[in-house]
Amino acid sequence: MFESITQGLQGALTGIFRSGKLTEANIREGLKQVRQALLEADVEYNVATQFIEKVTAEAVGEKVLKSLRPDEQLIGIVHQQLIALMGPTDHSLHLRRDGINKIMMCGLQGAGKTTTCGKLARKLKADGWKPLLVAADMQRPAAIEQLKTLGQQLDVPVYAEAPGGNPVAVCKNGLAHAKTAGANVVIFDTAGRLHVDDRLMFELEQIDSRVQPDQVYLVCDAMTGQDAVRSAKAFNDALELDGVILTKLDGDTRGGAAISVKQVTGVPIKFVGMGEQLDRLEPFHPDRMAGRILGM
Amino acid sequence: KSGEILSEKHLEQFEARLIQTDMGVAATTRIVSDLRQEHLGRTMKVDELWATVRATVKSILKGTSTTTYDPEQPLSPLNFSESRPTVILVAGVNGTGKTTTIAKLARLLTSQGKTVLLAAGDTFRAAAVEQLTLWSQRLGCDIVTKPAGTDPAAVAFAGCEAAVKAGVDVLIIDTAGRLHNQQNLMQELEKIRRVIGKQIPEAPHESLLVIDATTGQNGLNQAQAFSKAVSTTGLILSKLDGTARGGVAVAIRQQMGIPVKYVGVGEGIDDLEVFDPDQFAEALFAE
Ligand SMILES: Nc1nc2c(ncn2[C@@H]2O[C@H](COP(=O)(O)OP(=O)(O)OP(=O)(O)O)[C@@H](O)[C@H]2O)c(=O)[nH]1
Ligand SMILES: Nc1nc2c(ncn2[C@@H]2O[C@H](COP(=O)(O)OP(=O)(O)OP(=O)(O)O)[C@@H](O)[C@H]2O)c(=O)[nH]1
Ligand SMILES: [K+]
Ligand SMILES: [Mg+2]
Ligand SMILES: [Mg+2]
Repeated sequence: MFESITQGLQGALTGIFRSGKLTEANIREGLKQVRQALLEADVEYNVATQFIEKVTAEAVGEKVLKSLRPDEQLIGIVHQQLIALMGPTDHSLHLRRDGINKIMMCGLQGAGKTTTCGKLARKLKADGWKPLLVAADMQRPAAIEQLKTLGQQLDVPVYAEAPGGNPVAVCKNGLAHAKTAGANVVIFDTAGRLHVDDRLMFELEQIDSRVQPDQVYLVCDAMTGQDAVRSAKAFNDALELDGVILTKLDGDTRGGAAISVKQVTGVPIKFVGMGEQLDRLEPFHPDRMAGRILGM
Repeated sequence: KSGEILSEKHLEQFEARLIQTDMGVAATTRIVSDLRQEHLGRTMKVDELWATVRATVKSILKGTSTTTYDPEQPLSPLNFSESRPTVILVAGVNGTGKTTTIAKLARLLTSQGKTVLLAAGDTFRAAAVEQLTLWSQRLGCDIVTKPAGTDPAAVAFAGCEAAVKAGVDVLIIDTAGRLHNQQNLMQELEKIRRVIGKQIPEAPHESLLVIDATTGQNGLNQAQAFSKAVSTTGLILSKLDGTARGGVAVAIRQQMGIPVKYVGVGEGIDDLEVFDPDQFAEALFAE
């Protein structure tokens, strides 16, 4: 992919050598191709357009470097700007040693919330914390059973009530239970919901205000297309997200949703899911993601 | 409103809205350059141009195949076998809505007087068997299950056996979510299909791929890989009740000829609709 991008760019950037400087005119064709690559990678249309404007502003006036081909120089600038956009990195869960830390997962249906709860619990346990999982998805058939199974696999306790109950109450009760059970990190697994489902979004806001989580993470499927901006913005408006976790990056998606989501929420992408197994959670690296989106 | 002169600015607006449906750069570029060639600099009504674009998309979606789309006939998109049972294999990447869609399909079939047997072929994901079992209880239909960790081909085998024995009309087989670039898991799926075909000639009669409507361009890779492994006969586009338009289905139809058969519009048992290309194309570009 990098080959095809640079090959296209070489042809598009022939005017550059003579001018000695990058100008709006001599990089226009090249950036058109970069923009196309971003759209093919699922970066949202307006986000891609703004990004190209920013790169143009950044690049214009730069001296043409003798050490690099112009296409390499331009891709280099694009790459750096992508890294800047998706950074800075922050992999911290901001845990305190005193009291009980509360982490809440939210997101669309099937994004990977329950699995990610398991992954986080595993990581926390390995780091010496005492996690408790709270099964607040009272909606999807066997969602509680799913979390309980993960808890068993990890030997991490799960607080659950009978299905069909009130998720807000479950979260409150789960938190109370954490105190008696000696847990110091509580992870709330909420039901998947659409950002346009007012009733379910209100329910999420109620959980948010009743248990006051320290960290609220949006779990987002890396294969998401143009709609990523809408859903991420709605969850951020409702909850003030603290981070994003990008799942299913073990696929072959270019993952442009990472840019869209970062752009509209402004919160750090903390981790990426690299598989279904519970040990497949990795810190997010903007530079790798930038390379992936550009097909490098 | 009387006409305006079509400018590059207008074309950009077309481009934006086309891209935002997720139909992809290739399909978008084709449509926009057709518009550019035919109408740039001419006086015209933008609404009318949108009508042409919608018509183009509709004809892509209808394709040349014989698939019928009759909303009054909820089973019209499905291929039925002459002899019992008709076997439907359901596959797709993780979390798209396969298991839920199977419950909805079963509901549609039973409401039309068909008897249905389910096979819980996802023996991998935590509580996947329990999930489908709960649905079968709600539906009041039988289900074949094996313990977690069992070879899914063995579940498919047992499902076929039970379906033949019981003489049910339709057997629907669930499979674990898998990413299409994972060779071993795709081979596992091929094996499931082989086992089904050995047991019941011509089966599976439908090999359905469930694609999440929020999916971007990766949907094309999914369709290609699943098609190769299990000869996909149709798509079900799930989660169309959100704000995603599901335009990747247009690209899949255009490039691979795979028709959309149903759309999922909610988490409930009745939230499955026969795909309607006209309605879909209207919604694709709705403001
Ligand atoms: N390949 C891969 N699969 C993943 C990853 N994360 C989750 N999954 C799979 O995605 C599917 C959905 O995961 P869940 O954890 O059930 O998703 P959810 O968001 O809790 O779903 P709902 O509760 O129904 O909204 C399952 O098949 C998981 O195994 C990942 O990083 N990579
Ligand atoms: N809004 C909406 N949600 C849906 C639809 N179809 C399925 N879902 C939800 O999507 C989530 C995932 O559905 P599943 O049926 O478990 O998906 P799956 O493909 O079987 O998942 P895996 O087996 O883990 O790969 C659940 O929360 C479902 O309730 C739909 O049409 N609309
Ligand atoms: K998804
Ligand atoms: Mg869940
Ligand atoms: Mg399933």
